[in-house]
Amino acid sequence: MSFWLVEGAYLVASALFVMALFWMNDPKTARQGVLSGVVAMALAILGTFLTPGIVHWGWIAGAVAIGCAVGVPLSWVPLTAVPQRTAISHAFGGLAAGLVGTAKFYLWQGEPENLTAFRTFAIAAEVILGFLTFTGSLMAAGKLQEVKFIPQRPVTYPLQNVSNIGLLLLAVGCGIALVFQPVALAFLFPVIVGLALLFGVLLIIPIGGADMPTVISLLNSYAGLSAVAMGFVLDNKLLVIAGALDGSSGLILSIIMCRAMNRSFTNVLFGAFGQVQQKAGVAETRTAKRETAEGAAQVLEMASQVVIVPGYGMAVAQAQQRVRELYDELTKRRIEVKFAIHPVAGRMPGHMNVLLAEADIPYDKLIEMDDINPEMPQTDVVLVIGANDVVNPAARHDKTSPIFGMPIIDADKARLCLAIKRSMNPGFAGIENELYFADRTYMLFGDAKAVVGDLVKQLQSGGSAAL
Amino acid sequence: MDLGAGSVQNRPVMPCAPLLAAATAQPTATAEGGSPAEFTALLFVFLLATFIGLGVVTRVSRLLHTPLMSLTNAISAIAVVGSIVIAGQDHAPLVNLLGAIALAASMTNIVSGFLITDRMLRLFKKPGGDKRP
Repeated sequence: MSFWLVEGAYLVASALFVMALFWMNDPKTARQGVLSGVVAMALAILGTFLTPGIVHWGWIAGAVAIGCAVGVPLSWVPLTAVPQRTAISHAFGGLAAGLVGTAKFYLWQGEPENLTAFRTFAIAAEVILGFLTFTGSLMAAGKLQEVKFIPQRPVTYPLQNVSNIGLLLLAVGCGIALVFQPVALAFLFPVIVGLALLFGVLLIIPIGGADMPTVISLLNSYAGLSAVAMGFVLDNKLLVIAGALDGSSGLILSIIMCRAMNRSFTNVLFGAFGQVQQKAGVAETRTAKRETAEGAAQVLEMASQVVIVPGYGMAVAQAQQRVRELYDELTKRRIEVKFAIHPVAGRMPGHMNVLLAEADIPYDKLIEMDDINPEMPQTDVVLVIGANDVVNPAARHDKTSPIFGMPIIDADKARLCLAIKRSMNPGFAGIENELYFADRTYMLFGDAKAVVGDLVKQLQSGGSAAL
Repeated sequence: MDLGAGSVQNRPVMPCAPLLAAATAQPTATAEGGSPAEFTALLFVFLLATFIGLGVVTRVSRLLHTPLMSLTNAISAIAVVGSIVIAGQDHAPLVNLLGAIALAASMTNIVSGFLITDRMLRLFKKPGGDKRP
């Protein structure tokens, strides 16, 4: 009886998990998707409680209580910190998979008939993926949170890629040896765990901040795949299905991120992007034109279409609310305001949309790069706030630039471009931006929050004078 | 072929004995689990689920990629299923401890993943300039 109950619950849960992702295709139905996911998870957990042989309810209750006590506060983080939270979640997912694999391996040492070649192979895969996701995600979270003892800039050393791949191959080799001799060579198991933990750290060390969106997506995929491997170990189809959904989602997001930067997976993982380029600067002699808040406000007032290009700098300066006020001032004057969102704006896929939604910008004003670029030549003013590489025209023509080929938002094609920037320091990728020296570009130097605040004040006083 | 026949023999031979039914209710521990047939069946499930996942996720609005990731995060915490069994069954305490840590980690992901996804999705206001007071 319980067999059918458990399997039935798992079957319904699988369907609901698919529907949860399906409903994410539209913001209108997305919350329904969350509900569907919650119901599915509840069914899966209740179904599992019916599994025969569960006696230690104390262990379960304690662990569930700890999970809730940690999980609830973790959902209150500010939205700028969502990438870190996501990375930590990946770490927990990897840890859970790794620990279950470890527990199963040692349990089955007592009943070696269970350690079939397939199972041992699946355990090795689960443990390698789980533990490398664990340390890798912790490193990524540390880099995103800018923890002191984790270097922000990529760390590179000679033979880095060779030694990293060597480590991974060694771990896989130990895994294959275990497949043939799961009991006699059991001492190799801790070696695999250690190598996977070490590999996770070394994998993330050479990766720079600009690549974080891709890396988070990749780790998402690994966390899903470790759940799939767990499904193979435990002969559990629900685990395989849910893990595969997570894995494919992470894969798609990584592909989107890579395309948005015109880079390949191997390039992201083994490229060590993000060091400051030491190009002998002819650029040094060029000067950018400055504009005051007053002048900029007048220019904005006369426009009929304004496109705002937000970058992570906007979030760092906490300028979202000011941007919202600017949006209100401009729309009051019947000026069409749109936001141009580059796929890699922010620190994880879709991050910028969430940050602007939090500031109450209606989501139909958040336009993807491919849809906004054809409108750029008809745009009167482009306002770049804290974005840099994603508007650098060098990506289109300068073959020596590290970002050559990356799709960009065509801010330089608008009639006029205003760029807010703290100083002329190069951006995240360490590349000088030609846009700032273009004829039609005017710079507004200062903290994004302060500058946008000034613009709003100018518009407010100008508006009242006109009335 | 005979592999399939073997697994049929293993399962519903005893419709009347509830004790035996309870034993077969946990196919993981029987010799049937981990067999090549079982493994390839799971491979098929994996393959199809991946294709469904790819199909469904490519349709997800780009607006919602951050909530998508936190939602899939919560979904992949389905590892909770494996953790519960290991934490709850009668094993050496150390094994139970491993299971309990895994369970706490998965539970954290479930709780925080669903909560933060919903919190983010509530921010996406319907178009049409409705302003909050």
